[in-house]
This record gives sequence, C-alpha cells and structure tokens, in this order.
Amino acid sequence: MYSKREAVGSVTLAGDPLFGGGVDGAVVLIVLLKTGVAFAALMVSVLFMVWFERKVVSDMQNRIGPNRAGPWGTLQTLADGIKLFFKEDLLPEQADRRIFRLAPYLSIVPAFLAFAVVPLGGVITIAGRETRLQLADPPVGILFLLAMSSVAVYGVMLAGWSSGSKYPLLGSVRASAQMVSYEAALGLSMAAVVLVTGSLLTSDIVSEQSRSIVDWNLFRLGFLPFGIFLVAATAELNRPPFDLVEAEQELVGGFHTEYSSLRFALFFLAEFMSTVTMSAVMVTLFLGGPSGPGPDRGFPGAFLPVFWFLAKLMIFLFIYVWLRATLPRLRYDQLMDLGWKRLIPLSLFWLLVLAAMILDRRYGFAVFGAGILLGLLLLRAVQVGQSATDDAAGAAPAVREAG
Amino acid sequence: MSAPGPNIVETSEGAQEMGARQVTDAAELLREEGAVLRLAEGAVVDPGDYNLESVEEDDTMIINMGPQHPSTHGVLRVMLELQGETVLRSKPVIGYLHTGIEKTQEELMYIQGSTNVTRMDYMANFFNESVFSLAVEALLDVEVPPRATWIRMLLMELNRVASHLLFMATNGMDVGAISMMLYGWRERELILAFFEKVTGLRMNHNFIRPGGVAADLPDGWREDVLAICDAIPPRLEEYDTLITGQPIFQQRTQGVGVLTAEQAIALSATGPILRATGTQWDLRRDLPYLFYDQLEFNVVVGTYGDAFDRYAVRLNEMRESLQIVRQIVDLMPPGDYRVQDKKVTPPPRARIDESMEALIHHFKLFTEGFKVPEGEVYVAIEAPRGELGGYLVSDGSAKPYRFHMRDPSFANLQSLPVMLRGGLVADAVAVISSIDPVMGGVDR
Repeated sequence: MYSKREAVGSVTLAGDPLFGGGVDGAVVLIVLLKTGVAFAALMVSVLFMVWFERKVVSDMQNRIGPNRAGPWGTLQTLADGIKLFFKEDLLPEQADRRIFRLAPYLSIVPAFLAFAVVPLGGVITIAGRETRLQLADPPVGILFLLAMSSVAVYGVMLAGWSSGSKYPLLGSVRASAQMVSYEAALGLSMAAVVLVTGSLLTSDIVSEQSRSIVDWNLFRLGFLPFGIFLVAATAELNRPPFDLVEAEQELVGGFHTEYSSLRFALFFLAEFMSTVTMSAVMVTLFLGGPSGPGPDRGFPGAFLPVFWFLAKLMIFLFIYVWLRATLPRLRYDQLMDLGWKRLIPLSLFWLLVLAAMILDRRYGFAVFGAGILLGLLLLRAVQVGQSATDDAAGAAPAVREAG
Repeated sequence: MSAPGPNIVETSEGAQEMGARQVTDAAELLREEGAVLRLAEGAVVDPGDYNLESVEEDDTMIINMGPQHPSTHGVLRVMLELQGETVLRSKPVIGYLHTGIEKTQEELMYIQGSTNVTRMDYMANFFNESVFSLAVEALLDVEVPPRATWIRMLLMELNRVASHLLFMATNGMDVGAISMMLYGWRERELILAFFEKVTGLRMNHNFIRPGGVAADLPDGWREDVLAICDAIPPRLEEYDTLITGQPIFQQRTQGVGVLTAEQAIALSATGPILRATGTQWDLRRDLPYLFYDQLEFNVVVGTYGDAFDRYAVRLNEMRESLQIVRQIVDLMPPGDYRVQDKKVTPPPRARIDESMEALIHHFKLFTEGFKVPEGEVYVAIEAPRGELGGYLVSDGSAKPYRFHMRDPSFANLQSLPVMLRGGLVADAVAVISSIDPVMGGVDR
C-alpha cells in the first residue's frame, strides 16, 4: 500500500523531490484526480446542504421551500450562486480594501483544506495502484484540522474589522472571542481522541474504530467528548444557536453586512462548506468514519464505506438544520459562560479521567475518584466566582437573575 | 455623532438624536432616561448617579439601531451608546412612519373616519375603529343596539388574539427562534381568514363604524369562531413546549428589561408591560366599557416585570381572550347590527329604490355627513398593547375639530431607555420586541 510517510522518508536523495521514493507520474496524476474529485464532491455536497437545509427548515415551518429550479428545487443554490455572481460588487469607502478582499478567501480555503484529511472510504485501486479515498493523510492530521479551524477565525474577524462599519465590527469582536474560546473545548475533546488512539493520523483514528461499533470513539470515550465536540463545533461554525457573529436580528448580518456579490457568496459557501467539513470531522473522530456498524470487513466494496460515511454525515447535517429551526440564540455573555465555565472544565476533567484509565486500569479508578473530587472542587470554585460576579453586579433582591 | 447642527431637528424636548458624551449635560441625560416623569414631586436628583465622566469617551460608540433594522418592528430608530456590547444610554427616535393620520381625520367626515383610524395601529384595527366609534357615539348620544356591541366585542377579542399571536411570532424571531415566526403567522391566519369572511378584508377593515357595525355576521360565523377557539389552544401548548420551557429563551428574557411597577406607572406604560410588573390594571375590568362587565375573565399579571413576564402575560391573555370569545358566542343576542337612526347610519340599499325619504337620507349622509354636537370626549379601551384612548373634539360640524389617539405603543416606547440601560445589544433586541411597538400607532 502506498504510504505518504514512506514517501516523506525517502525524498532526500532523489533529483526531483516530488518523484523520489517510488513516486511517479501516475501517482501524481492520481493525487491530482483525487484533489479534483474531493473538491467537486465538497462543492456538490455544499449545494446539496444549502438545499437540504432550506427544504427541511421549510418542512418544519409549514412552508414549501424552494421548488422552482430543477427537480424539487435542487438547483436553487446554483441559481442563487449565479444571481450573486452577477450582482454589483460593492466595496465600502471606509473599508480596508486589501483585507476586505482577502477575508472571504481566508474563510473558504481552510474549510476546504480541512476536508482534505478526512478519510471518505476504504482503499481502491486505480491503474494498478492502491490508494485511499482520502486526499491527504499528513502525520499531523488532527493538528492540521485544528490549525485550519483557527485560520477560519481570521476570515470572519478580518471581514468584520476591515468593513469599516459598526455592526460588522461588533460581529468581528464577537467572532474572535467566540471562536477562540470554543477552540479550546474543541481541542480538548480532540485530545481525548488522540489519547486513546495514540496517533494524530486521521487514517489511524478511523482504523482504530473500524473493528466494531463498540470501538467507535463515541462509545469508547464515554459520550462526553463527543457532546462537547458537537457543541463546540457548532459554536466554531457560527451555526444556531451560536450564530452570534451573524445574528441577523441583532447585528443585521454581523461580519458580512457590508459584503455583496461574489464575496458574499464565498462567505455563504464557506459557512456551509465548514458545516459539511466539521460534520465529516465528527464522523471521522467519533463515529468511525467510513466503517460500518458491524465488525471490520476490511472495507470490502469500494462504495459501501462511502455509503456509511455519507449516512453518518447526514445525521449531523440534519442535526444542524434541526438546531437552526428550533433553538433561540444565546446571548454573548451566556455563550462565554457556557464555553469557559462549563465546556472547558468538563472536557479537561474528562481528559484527565481518560488519561488515568489509559495509564492503568487499577490505579485508574483511584485517579478517577480523585478526578471527580477535583471536578467537584472546580465546580464549586466556578459557583463561588459566579455568585461573586452577581454580588458585584448588585442585583436588586426583587429582580430575577438573568440566566 | 456631532453636536446638534443645522441638520438636526430641534424639538421642545431638545435634539431628537442622541448626542455624544461631551455635548450631553445631566439634565439632557435625565430627560433621555425619562427621569422627569419618574420622579415623585419634591424628589431631588443626584447628578452623581449620572456621572458622565466615569466612562472615557473613547470607550463608547453610538450606533443606530434602525430605522432600517430587521428587529425594530418597522421603522423605529433606537440610538444606542455602547461600551463594548453594554448599552450605556439609549434614545428612541420616532417619526419615520409619520403619515398625518390624525390631521387627515380632521378633513374626513365622521362617516369616513373609521377607514382612516383603522390604519393607525395596523395590528389592532378593530380597536382603533371601536375607540373612534365610541367617541363619536358618546357625543351623538346614540344607543347602539346590543348585537352591534357584542359583535364589536367578539371582533376585538379575536383581534387581541391575532395581535398577540403576531407578538409571539416576532418575539420568537427576535431572540432567534425563527420557526416561531411562521407558527405565529400560521395561527394568526386562522383569525384573519375569519375577519375576511366578516368584513371582506384581512386588515384595515373599516367595519366598526359610528352607530354600529357595517354588516351583520355572515352565516355560519358561530361554527367558524368555535373552530378558532378549538384550534388555537393546542397550538399555544405547542408554544409552551417550543418557547416557554426553552432554557435558552428563558435565559435570554428572564431578568432582561426589568421595569418596576412604580416605574411603569410613572412612565405611563399600560397593557402587558404594566401588568407584567404585577400591577392589576385592565380597563376591561377596572373601567368596564361595552358589555365587559357581563363577562367572566381573569386579568393576567406577571411578577418580575421583565421581558419573559411580558411574553407570559400575552400568552395567557390569549387563553383568556378565547374564553371571552366563547362566552360572547353564547351571549350573542339577535337584533339590529346598527342603530336605526337614519341621520347616522345609511338606510338599507333596498329601501332607496322604494322610499324618497331613504334616498334623501342616503344622499345627505354621503355628501355632507352627519353633524355631531359640539363638545369633547375621551374614551379609553384596553387594546392589545395597552390603553387606547380616543380624544374627540367636535365644533358641531360634520368633521372632527380634532381627533387624537393615545396610542399605547407610543406611550410604552418611552419606557425603552429605562429598560435598555445596562443591558447588552442582544437584550436591546429582546426588550424592543417585548414592548411590541407598532410604528403605525406610534407615529400616526
């Protein structure tokens, strides 16, 4: 089986580093092909996701939803994209032009790059060469994911800041605070996965989980990291109920208020692309990626794993749509409270527990108890801090406490 | 924001727009806060409470929320002074929907009046028409047939439910529960369909007129009304599941935009805003008009006076209103739907072909209208948003000398700066939504 790691190890002496270590033109072609397919697949899935969201939300709201363009309105997104493409491209006078132009790309490129490390299926054979249905499998896979989601913050933040307008500015302040603080919880729950897998490679994470359904990290890690990841990812994506950055009812459109035409379309695309990507990441990290629910059959057919992957992906896409249709939006301070006072302590605590269990089963339980004790202490400290904050705020006794 | 310059409209209350810190003195600030109204006689203000120097000017930013903003319910403009996301000062600026309805009213005959006033608070059309008709009837000193009065009450209570449903929709939308928007509209549509059947129009009905109502209820109205009364309560249960019990919604609204009972009374807030503070004040019970004294209903009050209580008061008021509607259906008497005084109401169409007198009455009524005796009168009814008052001055001609509406949206809006103070931007949206202002009523 072709492995990137071997390739990296043996490029040193070759003339052209690209073609060293058994890498020839066919391999390069395969990589190019995979890039194209991955990009196309992501774009199609984004088109689908936008349509799916609009259709499901309208079902939930007693509406019909898009039904004009194409069968069941499936081409609606395409029509919208074409419309946006021909719209006038406005550049506000107060804007910092270069950054204003750059920001949409900072938003959309990481969303795609993060998708590159997600294993979509098993190993297939193209032109006598075996290759994984995965665009790239770098040794720093998980760190790469985290890095990309961090870079995406810049897109949103700089967009708001460079608009030279007040509402986008508020949006970008919210964005930087929100995405940075939820990244911590996101990273900590990812760390739990890395801890039990012992590898940063996404392919290893998937194959670790592929033995049977009980080996999925969802069950192996005790649900908690998954829950935290789901909440933190929602916040990271600015999806409802954490869509404070856009918050149409408060900030009009938040960071993208001043954007129009293609640049707005890029943000729009980036948001849905990130949603698909993040759902794919969740499938990879916690639901065993392309492996089916049964015991490992060594990824038999080429398309069965892909089917499983898509089926799991759909679960998350539906959850996101469902959340959007149902939940009100959190307030800025409540969001921060949830992130810093609940999710981060909880994920830290659980990480310690997992570490203890991995270290030694027997001692593990002792450490587990100690962990619970520490966790309770932490909770108490948070409560004390909370009541101190409330006292400082000087709430009148007759007034109901917010939150 | 610059200091008041030539472009800023000065009113007797000072500049309409909110000035920056360095150009605002303590007196101006107190006015912005509505403190003039809130102070008891003889009370002394400590300007130290309003220490402008405590915040550096560089730390603050004045933003305009509105007049084009998705959650200011039309064209309300609220200027907010923010420190970070915290609202330090705020000032509602109104007048963007000023259409001169009150002035127009002076140019229209009494018989044309309803069609004009109904466009003020366009979410509570029957109330506007009623208050005008009641004022005119009080000056004319005519006795309206009981059936007409019961029809008015039936339509008004249904209108109250429709209006509160719209509040449910927009309030949900404003805190981010977008589906609520559609559900509220959906239920409201049931009532509007009935209105269309009765009056021919979904809004701006011009149905309640001086002397009675324009037409009798259509056949099958009883079944229609009972169907509405059966259909809506289960939907309200669904709202409870979706919104009332929703932890995020509770976090967003509880303790937000608090108004004490004293403040609410001093700021002349009425309706759900006043009742949410625990003050039991409902004109239907406390100053009964029409036949409300013959009905049994509860006055819904809150406890904390926050945005959540205002929501809860409205939600439960709908249940009460539907109970009232059921009682009205039972009590609806037969009889005339308008007063048979040919000087006030036109004769039936068929009579015009037969009777010369009827033809003359009809002609006179629609060319020169009917004259209302000299005098002035104030009538008040409990509209969905609070006390809706109509002040009518007649000089004895066929047109009002002056007709002024005390619109609850307008009066309630002045409590906004008090409620917004110290909250966040997101709270501002929730609070504006909880006042439920209709700009058509505010600007008139």
